[in-house]
Amino acid sequence: MNTIISVKKLTKRFKNLTAVNEVSFNVNEGEIFGFLGPNGAGKTTTIDMLCTLLSPTSGEAVLNGYDVTKNRNKVRQCIGLVFQDPSLDDWLTAKENLEFHAMVYNIERKIAKKRIDEVLEIVELKDRKNDLVLNFSGGMKRRLEIARGLIHYPKVLFLDEPTLGLDPQTRNRVWEYIRDLKEKENITIFLTTHYMDEAENCDRIAIIDVGKIIAMDTPINLKKRVRGDIITVETSDNRSLNEELKKKKVKNIIFYNNKIQFEVYDSEKFIPKFIKESKEEIISISARKPTLDDVFLSLTGKKIREETVSGLDRMRKRFKMGRMRR
Amino acid sequence: MIRDLKGIYIIWLRDIKRFFRDKPRLITGITRPSLYLFILGSGLSSAFGMFGGRGGDWYMDFVYPGILGMIVLFTSLFSAFSIVWDREFGFLKEILVAPISRTSIVVGKALSGSTISLFQGIILLIFAPLLHIKLNFPMIIKICLLILLTSFALTSLGILIASRMKSMQGFNMIMNFLVMPMFFLSGAMFPLKELPKWLEYLVNLNPLSYSIDALRYVMLEDRTFLAHPFFINILVISIFAVVMITLAIFVFNLTD
Ligand SMILES: Nc1ncnc2c1ncn2[C@@H]1O[C@H](COP(=O)(O)OP(=O)(O)O)[C@@H](O)[C@H]1O
Ligand SMILES: [Mg+2]
Repeated sequence: MNTIISVKKLTKRFKNLTAVNEVSFNVNEGEIFGFLGPNGAGKTTTIDMLCTLLSPTSGEAVLNGYDVTKNRNKVRQCIGLVFQDPSLDDWLTAKENLEFHAMVYNIERKIAKKRIDEVLEIVELKDRKNDLVLNFSGGMKRRLEIARGLIHYPKVLFLDEPTLGLDPQTRNRVWEYIRDLKEKENITIFLTTHYMDEAENCDRIAIIDVGKIIAMDTPINLKKRVRGDIITVETSDNRSLNEELKKKKVKNIIFYNNKIQFEVYDSEKFIPKFIKESKEEIISISARKPTLDDVFLSLTGKKIREETVSGLDRMRKRFKMGRMRR
Repeated sequence: MIRDLKGIYIIWLRDIKRFFRDKPRLITGITRPSLYLFILGSGLSSAFGMFGGRGGDWYMDFVYPGILGMIVLFTSLFSAFSIVWDREFGFLKEILVAPISRTSIVVGKALSGSTISLFQGIILLIFAPLLHIKLNFPMIIKICLLILLTSFALTSLGILIASRMKSMQGFNMIMNFLVMPMFFLSGAMFPLKELPKWLEYLVNLNPLSYSIDALRYVMLEDRTFLAHPFFINILVISIFAVVMITLAIFVFNLTD
């Protein structure tokens, strides 16, 4: 398999904050490669460097044979992007936003027309195509942005939290299209996400936290790192339970939401014994197979949280409203 | 090359569409020139009519090209605001990451700024008959070309500043520090004759002075108040335009 993105010790420092810290990885052609990590992990900063919007502090990145700092124009020619933050022109209609994109990416008019219809269909915005984006809801804007990213078939398509804020149905449809696109056009897809279930769609995942890659593998292999099953219990006295568990053969004891979570090899045998032997009163107990969530939890000791609308975004919205009223 | 021309066209087209859609901006764009014209023009003319030996019409003739220059100054510099705006609202990323050259982005923006300035200028020209200002067709063509050249240069200056500005407030602050001095030191409101030396110095440093002087050359029969020969004016504005667009392209290419 050909390597299409090759990153070596890529680093970005903002003043005294190291957002991306000596990150190295390769992405193969035709692969769906995912960056999974919490807010502020450095995912967007990495993408910005790969797509020539930010110059790295040090390290190198080569995309489709072109260095992202020395050969910016060449790199731009072969990538497509769906940004995390809004990037539509509110004063153009949905269709015009797409036409603008098709034009800057030099797509033939006839083909562009066909694809615009195609992608609008996918994101279910066909009947709103002549409305100003100004009047769209947040979800509609997001859908339109995804549609836009899909119009030109780039060699590498970057999707920065592509389905953030989309309803599950649309999310599924978008994923279907992405997989379809990958099959038909051999497009390599680089995406970031903090949705674990979304990460499972990737061929390979790099888990990133505080600017560092802490694990990189296929979703299946990553899940294998969490051996056995995950048990979550809530008892009358979690602290003394903790002491007790430490003596037993359990792994990765974690406290959260008044509950204790840990890994055991065989939950079917463990639970009956545990209930019988427990000195504390058990309020609830559950067992399940590990997910990527657990992988992250066991690697970093914390959960990936759901993102809320960022402060900047809120400020923008307020600003826009103020302007309209004036 | 063809790609660059296409890029320029796309950037230009989008800015123009935006201008005509953003109704508040369009309305300000139409009313502001008229307001300045009637308030400044008429008010000052009657004042001059009372004090001066010549009639008020003389001052109206004199100040009209000045107001034209002022509108071009305001419109051009602030149309570069769209870059700061696009950065704030994210669309700049879409443009920057696209496979069109930074050069064509700058040129497209400079041309859209010029087009919008020309539009504003034409609105002023429409009012000319009401103010007893005589215009004929060749004059109108010359005025339009002068407006285009001047606003191309000034928009480039605006882009130069906007490429380095990360916030809207910062841009507005710098602009206000630039616009007012440029306006007052341009001879828009007063003749550039017998000024104190230091003032003359500043006025001569201001590219807008040359544009307004050139506009007066085209519009006024009375040549007493002209400061420079016509070709000097054109030369200075052209050099200014070339330097500004070159600098703007250079600096914008540096932004990442
Ligand atoms: N332009 C910038 N200036 C200073 N700090 C920044 C800038 N961009 C991002 N950061 C910081 O870098 C870190 C990584 O951010 P980011 O790449 O956006 O994370 P993610 O996309 O994984 O949520 C964060 O701590 C963020 O505050
Ligand atoms: Mg991000």
